[in-house]
Amino acid sequence: MTDLSPLIAFPHRHLLGIEGLSAGEITFLLDRSESYVEKNRQVDKKQSLLRGRTIINLFFENSTRTRTSFELAGKRLGGDVINMSVATSSVKKGETLIDTAMTLTAMHPDVLVVRHPESGAVQLLAQKVDCAVINAGDGSHEHPTQALLDALAIRRRKGRLQGLTVAICGDILHSRVARSNIALLNAMGAYVRVVAPRTLLPAAIERLGVEVFHDMRRGLADVDIVMMLRLQTERMQGSFVPSVREYFHFFGLDYAKLKLAKPDALIMHPGPMNRGIEIDTAVADDIDRSLIREQVEMGVAVRMACLEALSRELSNQAPS
Amino acid sequence: MSGRLLLRRARLLDPAQKLDTRGDLLIEDGRIAALGPELASAPGIELIDCNGACVAPGIIDMRVQLRDPGAEHQESMESAGQAAAAGGVTTMVALPNTEPPIDEVALVEFVARRSRDLRLVNIRTYAAATKGLRGHELSEMGLLAAAGAVAFTDADRAIADALVMRRALSYARTFDLLLIQHPEEPSLAAGGAMNEGEVATRLGLPGISPAAETIMVERDLRLVELTGARLHIAHVSTAAAIDAIRQAKRRGLPVTCDTAPHYFALNENEIGEYRTFAKVSPPLRHEDDRKSVVAGLADGTIDAIASDHSPHDQDSKRLPFTSAASGIVGLETLLPLSLALYHNGDVELLGVLRALTQRPAEILRLPGGRLTVGSPADVIIFDLDRPWRIDSDRYRSKSKNAPYDGRPVQGMAVRTIVGGRTVFIRES
Repeated sequence: MTDLSPLIAFPHRHLLGIEGLSAGEITFLLDRSESYVEKNRQVDKKQSLLRGRTIINLFFENSTRTRTSFELAGKRLGGDVINMSVATSSVKKGETLIDTAMTLTAMHPDVLVVRHPESGAVQLLAQKVDCAVINAGDGSHEHPTQALLDALAIRRRKGRLQGLTVAICGDILHSRVARSNIALLNAMGAYVRVVAPRTLLPAAIERLGVEVFHDMRRGLADVDIVMMLRLQTERMQGSFVPSVREYFHFFGLDYAKLKLAKPDALIMHPGPMNRGIEIDTAVADDIDRSLIREQVEMGVAVRMACLEALSRELSNQAPS
Repeated sequence: MSGRLLLRRARLLDPAQKLDTRGDLLIEDGRIAALGPELASAPGIELIDCNGACVAPGIIDMRVQLRDPGAEHQESMESAGQAAAAGGVTTMVALPNTEPPIDEVALVEFVARRSRDLRLVNIRTYAAATKGLRGHELSEMGLLAAAGAVAFTDADRAIADALVMRRALSYARTFDLLLIQHPEEPSLAAGGAMNEGEVATRLGLPGISPAAETIMVERDLRLVELTGARLHIAHVSTAAAIDAIRQAKRRGLPVTCDTAPHYFALNENEIGEYRTFAKVSPPLRHEDDRKSVVAGLADGTIDAIASDHSPHDQDSKRLPFTSAASGIVGLETLLPLSLALYHNGDVELLGVLRALTQRPAEILRLPGGRLTVGSPADVIIFDLDRPWRIDSDRYRSKSKNAPYDGRPVQGMAVRTIVGGRTVFIRES
């Protein structure tokens, strides 16, 4: 007998973004993730849910942790996982996207996990293939599994998301993590702040349901969660901010600024961190305050839950 | 046959004469010979009963990209000519951004020769304002104009360097030539894919500020003041730029502008979930800007409507949004989308037609664009009210890139006459 409830709880073929998911659907994914956290801590981590299924990790942009996390998630569910890294340097970006999709479709994968440097590229690809697609990050648009793992990490420590105040700090302009988190936290009833210099904020960001701050001290006042974002190196040298030194002085997280947050405020970072640029090393490694390690652990569980949720919608027909 | 043609029982519409009346129109030897309430027929005259349909000057489309020479699989002069004829366009003026770009006398002559050979609609061409459209050295404007270049522009690129622009204007004025500018400050727009604002932020797409248009327009208006040269600003799309042009006209500067149907028929929301068919340059703007474009057409600040026809093949559009090509094909939808301004009560009918016929002719100093006796018999018969749905599969254009598929519109050309010769009849 098959359990039909997940199909009703999460009636989607793809996971392309948080935007458009309901609080109920998000809660369902978080609850399922929770059960995988426990299983992942046991010696025998292997499940058979995806036995016989093929998952392709298709990465048009370099990534170690997200790709590894998806790979582990797929393997622990018993699926066959293949990693494909498509070099973007040899061809003009995106030029072969549809061709790549067509080629892969011919190999009958069940799930494609896709990362691409351009916003909307994963959606475009999802229109052209007949398997499930998970967005592992598209340009500056969305990174839904990151937002889910962040939410899971917060919920496990704080017991809830509703009513919490979360400050997202740093390069909001280029961040898909920020957009997915803003959508998720708003859907779950949290208060979201963004804190950044004006050059790193996109136009009309307040229309996404956030309160905007340009001063860390005011932005962090009485928050429950401080979520730091990575500042890409190429954006530090004069184009968006004048220097690393100046950025850290005003927008880097250290204990002096953290003091303004609630005494039990937690620190998060999607990684990889630039120590001494956006976050002080001591703060990042503070086991009482930092959720950074836990975020990585939650990542595998969340991706297992997402694969599970989508697997209910997968065709059980042998390909014709 | 370019013999004698009598259009009977027509609603004669001519903005140049402020004419809107029932009557007949006689064509002889490729020219308009007479118009009046009831013209007498004679043996040898072909009679066309318009049965109350509108007769107007043929549309002069002052902004069309051909891909001929260079990318004829996207659009050739022949396919564009057929599309134009079906759209009620009797003269189209091509941008010089072909491959190679039109920056030499021989290429201007090539376009003229092809136009003559094809015997469809009149195809005229602009020439590059700078060699190779590179924005550095002036093209041979005097010689190119003598060969038939209608005006000078770097097509879809702005002449960014202020000193080059100043000299281009000054030099053009020497020969009383017109310069046409793409209004976008490229360094401010760099990397942008759509209009800056909430929609771009939600989609995670890099935005182009409306200020990129305003800055270029305001700079150029100062340079017009400095040089006294005639300047035409192409496809304006923002409230602020239109306002700047309105003020400049009040000051008496020799400046004109046009817009394209997508800037009054659509706004940035059309992009939805990364629809690349709605990617165009300048980008589709906020609803407030769209309303300002309509207002600018209503009060005459915007002189003309051009299709801004930009053909692209599927491969150029089936890409992630930032990589996709910019442009919309529009020759066959120019008339119905413009007539919506009249049907919606925003612009009076003669005002819409003036922007499509009389004003482009005046700005470019082309014959036609009017129904006065002695003018070239470039005339269309059109049904003002007939409802239909746009079906991009039926475009005669080789490229189908337009976001209008399925859109309900009213009005269509039923017969297109160029120099007294019928080049298109719609099968009913």
